[in-house]
Amino acid sequence: MQAATSYQELEGTAFLVISAVKVLGAFTVVMVVVAMLTLLERKVSAWMQDRLGPNRVGPGGIAQPLADGIKNILKEETHPAEANRVFFTLAPMLSLIPALVTFAVIPFAAPLPTHWGVVPMIVADLPVGILFLLAFSSLGVYGIVIAGWASFNKYALLGGLRAGAQMISYEIALGLSLMSVFFLTGNVGLPEVVYRQQEMNLWFALPLSVSFFFFWISSFAETNRLPFDLPEAESELVTGYHTEYSSMKFSMFFIAEYAHVLTVSALMATLFLGGWDIPLWQGDDMLGLVDGRWVGAAPAWWKTLLTFGAFAVKTFIFIIVFMLVRWTVPRFRYDQVMDLGWKILLPAALAAVVVTAAAVLALDSAGIEMTRLEWGFVPVYGLALTAVNGVMLAAVMWVLDRGRTLQGTGSLEEKRMKARALAKARTAARRVPVPAATERAG
Amino acid sequence: MAIKVRVLKRPERKSSYIRASLQGMALTFRHMVDPRKVTIEYPDQKKELSPRWRGTHVMEKHDDGRPKCVACGLCPTVCPANCIKLVPGEDDQGNRYPIVYEIDEFRCIFCGMCQEVCPVEAIHVGQHYENAEYSRAGFVYDLDRLMKQEHPSTLLWDPSDPAGE
Repeated sequence: MQAATSYQELEGTAFLVISAVKVLGAFTVVMVVVAMLTLLERKVSAWMQDRLGPNRVGPGGIAQPLADGIKNILKEETHPAEANRVFFTLAPMLSLIPALVTFAVIPFAAPLPTHWGVVPMIVADLPVGILFLLAFSSLGVYGIVIAGWASFNKYALLGGLRAGAQMISYEIALGLSLMSVFFLTGNVGLPEVVYRQQEMNLWFALPLSVSFFFFWISSFAETNRLPFDLPEAESELVTGYHTEYSSMKFSMFFIAEYAHVLTVSALMATLFLGGWDIPLWQGDDMLGLVDGRWVGAAPAWWKTLLTFGAFAVKTFIFIIVFMLVRWTVPRFRYDQVMDLGWKILLPAALAAVVVTAAAVLALDSAGIEMTRLEWGFVPVYGLALTAVNGVMLAAVMWVLDRGRTLQGTGSLEEKRMKARALAKARTAARRVPVPAATERAG
Repeated sequence: MAIKVRVLKRPERKSSYIRASLQGMALTFRHMVDPRKVTIEYPDQKKELSPRWRGTHVMEKHDDGRPKCVACGLCPTVCPANCIKLVPGEDDQGNRYPIVYEIDEFRCIFCGMCQEVCPVEAIHVGQHYENAEYSRAGFVYDLDRLMKQEHPSTLLWDPSDPAGE
């Protein structure tokens, strides 16, 4: 109960030690979860196809990742003769490390009161939060591009190029959809995002549904998973950028992919599903120390545990959806990916930002408080935004669903016919009459 | 030259992206939570073989342990893969018996004609399929090994009872 009387920030040695513990703890948990995700993916895919999945190693196959790890370490490492050794070795690290580092700025539970002060449950509470995250998540593509280039393999190079192009196309939509989160939060730190959602009594998934949808789509592209797994398209590019990789190096690309999935799921949970917020309960609304004063409810160790559970559940839901989509939806064609990125997501995200900004401005100038609850339970501000975004989302869905952009080759056929008729007409107009043979002879 | 491909226009209901994807995801999800699975966990569970499954050969023997084979030479003659090697012998009473009887299971195509042609129902194809070996030579089954096989032999198709009743 001493902690309850003295809310103080960690200082000196305690800060260092606790930070080190947090780093180690988070790293271990992330790595174990990533290993389990590889198993989960195999299990989920098996269940969807009415199979059982791996169940030989350990009870229910739970030790399968361990067996895979041992196998991968013991396998032979191949180096293609023409590959650039330095970059060939560097690439797996370059793709793994950013994937792991991004987890550092995501708050995973409510602050924990200890003897030495209140510990924020986030590895690094950077003031630049989301910006750091954006920077590092796009660094991951360097690993892929370098892997593709250093392998000295056409397929690998094509995979790397595709990864680069895809990342550039979708990073824009990703960034734009984050803009509206910034509008509401007024800050780029992720703990503040969580706190603002608690304050609003509404998770951003509703008032910012369009952004949520775009962010979700873009995150599929960012993690290079189906339907956007063009960099490793098996049917066209062998396995794309990691064609030439074997043993643990290949495994590191794999770990990086799952680390990305985990991070992006956690990020979506934080940004749009209230992070570690437990729904319909005010007791966990705590921001932390602001100028020596505690904002929100009092922290307690059991609240930390509960909120961590909530966070884990939300993250898990997103992960499951990632897997569900991967084993359901076929891969896009390359032109469809680019069409979706540049012709739909970019303008639509831009329009959504403008409309949301206008709505926020209108609500603010109407003097409606963000935290206000009408009749004790209706968050007016959030619901007004929800209505605006709902209309936009319906419009986006309608456009997407008409199938103009994502239709199969059937839609191309019409275009092709039109172009052919046009070309024919043009040639006919330009044709110079060929003189008959007799005239030429004469 | 351009290849003539007729591209069918599918109805929008089927080609729309969002609705079709959601339907697909609902389907995969239903299968994911469905506890009925089709996997047969092979080394532990084995699928029941058809009574007409033709696999590894079995040589029937008399009660005193002699093979039933009378070395008539019909099976090496009828064998389309030429995988049966037979050297006939004759004892004091004039009974014919095989001195050498070998079947190369690698060459065998498991047509079952040896069983059909055998006048004394000595050689059979059997309901068995797990015959891995470390060498090619291991697949040449001699008489002793053929007599030691314990799996049930194949029920041949009977033209008078085509459904097997």
